[in-house]
Amino acid sequence: MMKVSKARRREITVGYLCLSPWLVGFIVLTAGPIIASLIISFLDYDMVHPAVFVGLQNYKKMFFEDPLFWKSIKATGYYTLLVVPLNLVGALIIAILMNQNLRFMNLFRTIYYLPSVLSGVAVALLWSWVFNKDFGVLNYLLDKLFGIYGPNWLGTEEWVIPALAIMSLWGVGGGMVIFLAGLQGIPTQLYEAARIDGATSWQEFWRITIPLLTPTIFYHLITSIIGTWQVFTQAYVMTQGGPNYASLFYVLYVYFNAFVWFKMGYACALAWILFIVILFCTILVFRSSSYWVYYESERR
Amino acid sequence: MVESKFRRYFKDTILYIILISGGVIFLIPLFWMISTSLKTSAQIFKYPIEWIPDPVVWKNYLDAFTAIPFLRYIGNTVFIAFTSIVGDILTCSLVAYSFARLRYPGRDFLFLLMLSTLMIPSSVTMIPQFLLYKSFGLIDTYVPLILPAYVGYPIWIFLIRQFFMTVPFEYDDAAKIDGCGYLATYWRILLPQIRPALIAVAIFSFMSHWNNFMGPLIYLNSQEKYTLALGLRLFQGLYVTKWELVMAASTIALIPPTVIFFLAQKYFIQGVVITGLKG
Repeated sequence: MMKVSKARRREITVGYLCLSPWLVGFIVLTAGPIIASLIISFLDYDMVHPAVFVGLQNYKKMFFEDPLFWKSIKATGYYTLLVVPLNLVGALIIAILMNQNLRFMNLFRTIYYLPSVLSGVAVALLWSWVFNKDFGVLNYLLDKLFGIYGPNWLGTEEWVIPALAIMSLWGVGGGMVIFLAGLQGIPTQLYEAARIDGATSWQEFWRITIPLLTPTIFYHLITSIIGTWQVFTQAYVMTQGGPNYASLFYVLYVYFNAFVWFKMGYACALAWILFIVILFCTILVFRSSSYWVYYESERR
Repeated sequence: MVESKFRRYFKDTILYIILISGGVIFLIPLFWMISTSLKTSAQIFKYPIEWIPDPVVWKNYLDAFTAIPFLRYIGNTVFIAFTSIVGDILTCSLVAYSFARLRYPGRDFLFLLMLSTLMIPSSVTMIPQFLLYKSFGLIDTYVPLILPAYVGYPIWIFLIRQFFMTVPFEYDDAAKIDGCGYLATYWRILLPQIRPALIAVAIFSFMSHWNNFMGPLIYLNSQEKYTLALGLRLFQGLYVTKWELVMAASTIALIPPTVIFFLAQKYFIQGVVITGLKG
C-alpha cells in the first residue's frame, strides 16, 4: 500500500472540508431534487391528497392530450428562433462598431451596456408601457417617423412573441461585452499580414475575425439557448401567457401547473422534458462545433 | 493622401451617426419611463408626446411610496440581498480555493460535475426543493431565498477559481514556510489578491437578489414579507391604468442597480468576460 504522508493527508482533508458547502448543497439541493423530480413525474400529486403512482400517464397526457403543452413549446421555440440569432448578430455588429478606434467609445459602451444589467419586474413593467397600443412610445415613434400604424403588441397572438424578442434585444449589451473581449484578443499581426497580402476589409472580416471568434460565438449560442428556454418574469408580468396562450412560455406553464393548479406530478414531467430539450439543443450545438468552431491550438 | 484622409472622415462620421442613433434608441425606454413618472394622468394620454413634462409632478414618487409599503419591501429585499452576499462571497471563495489550490483525489471530476450542473434548468429542481422546504415548515420564511447562497453558486465559484489560478503558487509556499495553515493562507494571503473577483461576485449577487422574482413568488405568502419585486407586481395589479405611478415605482426599483453599474462597471465587465454570462 502506498504510504500517504501526514501533510498530504491533511491537504486532502482540508480540500474536502472547503469543498463541503458545495458538495452538501449539490447533494441536497441539486442531485436529490433531480432524482425526486423524476420520481414525482410518475405520480399524481396535489400536496393535499396522498400521491398516486400513474406510470407514464403524465408524459402521455403531455404529448397526446394537452394542447397547452404544444402551445408552450411553440411559443418558446419561436422566441428562441427569433432571439438567439438576432442577439448573436446584434451583439457582434455592435461589438465590431465599438472596437473602432474613435473618441467617446467608453461613453457609447456604457450606454449600450447599461440596459443589459437591468432586469426583473421593473423592466417588464417599463416595456409593457413602451408597447402600450395607444399611448406607448414605440407605436408613437412608428407613426411619427415612418407613418406606420403600430399593432397591439402585447394584445395580439402574432405580435406578442416578436414584441418580447424586441425587448430582449435591449439586453444585447451583455453579449456585446463578451464579443468585444473576443475581438480585442485577436492578434493584430494577423490583420497586418492580411493587409500586406492585399486583403480587403471584407475578406479580413470573414477570413480572420469570424473564424477567431467562433469559440466565443459557440459559447454565446449555448448560453442564450439555455436562457431563452427559461424565460419567466417578462411573461408572468406582461402577458400572463396570453393572449390565447400565445406567450405561454414553457417555464411559465410549469409554474402554473405546480404552484397555481398544484399538479406537481405533471409539472415535474414537464420540467424533465425541458431538461431533455435543453440537453438536446446543447448536444446538437456541441456536435456541430467541430465543423465550424476554430481552435488555435488545434492542427488541421 | 488627401483622398484617403477624406475617406477616413467620411467613415468616422457614418460610424458616429450609427452609434449615436443606436444609443438614442437604447436610452429611449429609460427616458420614457422617467418622463412618464413625472406626469399627471392627463399628460400621459396627450398627443403628441410631451417628452419633458410640464408641470413636473414629483408628487407621483410620494404617492407611489405611500400607496403600498414600499420602504418595508425595500428593507426586506436589502436584508435578503445582504445576508446572501455575505454567504455567496464566503462560500464561493472557500470552494473556489479548494478547487484552485488544493490537491485531492476526485477534484477535477467534481469540478466538471459542478460546471455541468449549469445546464440543469432550475424548473427541474424547483418543485422537489419546494416540497423539501415545505416539509421543514420553511414556506413563507426567507430561508429558501437565502440558504442557496451558503452552498455556493457554480458560476461564481468558477469565476473566483479563475482569479485564484492567476495568483502564483509562490504565495502559498511562502506562507507555508512561515507556518501559515491552509485556512490562514486562504483568508490572509490569497483573498486580498483576488479582491476584483470578490467585488464582481458581490455585485452579481446583489443584482440577482434585487431582481429575483420567481423565488419570492413561490416562497412568500404574507404581504409584510414581500420583496420589492413582489411589491411592484402587487402595485401593477392595484394601479392598472395609473402608469405614472407604476413608472415612478419602476424608476425607484431601477435606481440602485443603475448606481451600482456606474460605480462598478469595470468589475462587471471583468466578471462577464470571464464567465461568458451576462450577469
